[in-house]
Amino acid sequence: MTIESTITTKRKRPFFLRRGPMENIATGLIALGFLMLFQPFALVLYTWSLVTLLAGTLMFIVVSKFPE
Amino acid sequence: MINSDTTILEKEPERAAASTPASLARRIGGLSDRAIAWLFITPTIALLLAINIFPLIWAIRLSFTNYRANRPNAVLENVGLQNYQRVLTDSDIWIAMQTTAHFVFWTILLQTLIGFSLAYLIDRKFRGHAFWTTVILIPMMLSPAVVGNFWRFLYQPQIGLFNYIVSFITGVPPSSFEMLGSVSLAPWSIIIVDTWMWTPYVMLICLAGLRSIPDYIYEAAEVDRASAWRQFWSITIPMALPFIMLAVLFRGIENFKMFDMVMLLTGGGPGSTTEVASITLKREAFESWRTGRASAFAIILFVAVFGLANIYVKALNRVKQR
Repeated sequence: MTIESTITTKRKRPFFLRRGPMENIATGLIALGFLMLFQPFALVLYTWSLVTLLAGTLMFIVVSKFPE
Repeated sequence: MINSDTTILEKEPERAAASTPASLARRIGGLSDRAIAWLFITPTIALLLAINIFPLIWAIRLSFTNYRANRPNAVLENVGLQNYQRVLTDSDIWIAMQTTAHFVFWTILLQTLIGFSLAYLIDRKFRGHAFWTTVILIPMMLSPAVVGNFWRFLYQPQIGLFNYIVSFITGVPPSSFEMLGSVSLAPWSIIIVDTWMWTPYVMLICLAGLRSIPDYIYEAAEVDRASAWRQFWSITIPMALPFIMLAVLFRGIENFKMFDMVMLLTGGGPGSTTEVASITLKREAFESWRTGRASAFAIILFVAVFGLANIYVKALNRVKQR
């Protein structure tokens, strides 16, 4: 009964509250922002790099506090 | 002998307690362990707040204003996100970022490759390895000001030793090229100096990693008849990887802030070919006196390095768990 309820609770956790995938998205955003900041191809990418970096970093700080 | 030492050690707290003034002892005696811990760490926290956190918060505040360091008494006006907008649409700053990325990439690549190779050789424990370790570590111990001036002499086209060595190897006349004055060579001259100075640091960290690998793992691999090549790729590299990654993280953070060496060797020139982000930042803040905008630029760099350090630490933890 207890095990079943635990499994049910784990399954019910929505995607945006799971640490693993959300941390991966945040990491991806940081990496993308970093590349945008230092790339030599388009000024528009450089312009939007800080927003991307900041979104990724803030997201990483928040989601890394989620339980495993 | 051991007993007498133990007795001395046992009596030490009693002696310290006896030498504490009675009034102070009475005051501390009433405090909990937690309160005493706080009492000890409060000066450090206060110092950290004053030296690190306060300037950071102040820079964030200034980045939203039109503050100029040469007019400290002028009324501060809030300009919102204008400074950030200007920094992120300025093509000169964009080029400085690319120059920084170029430096960071090549210095880290060269330092890691040479540093790890040196550590691998030193770890073989040949005759005189301790002496050579000390010799290799010397550049790291020198002041950047000394290294900068020393290499300026080495790079002199007429009297510099570097040009003569290149001439000896390649046959090109020594005065036919100028490392610091040429647009194509100046960035490489700084990369060479930074690599010369900081490779020993990477070597030291890699050496710690190599020395932490237990011998019995190699012995087991030899029993299994694993070749030296296989041992290197399946034991040495995976087990030294967290250390290599740490070295890359430390050097990466340092090189994003590279200022002293560039300033001493080329001052950002010729033209702006070696103008890295920190030089542009200094010019914005203390030559153009757009301190507010320079603060915005500094915050952007901080966010970039902080974000990268976050992913890097995550990757490092994954490697350690393996």
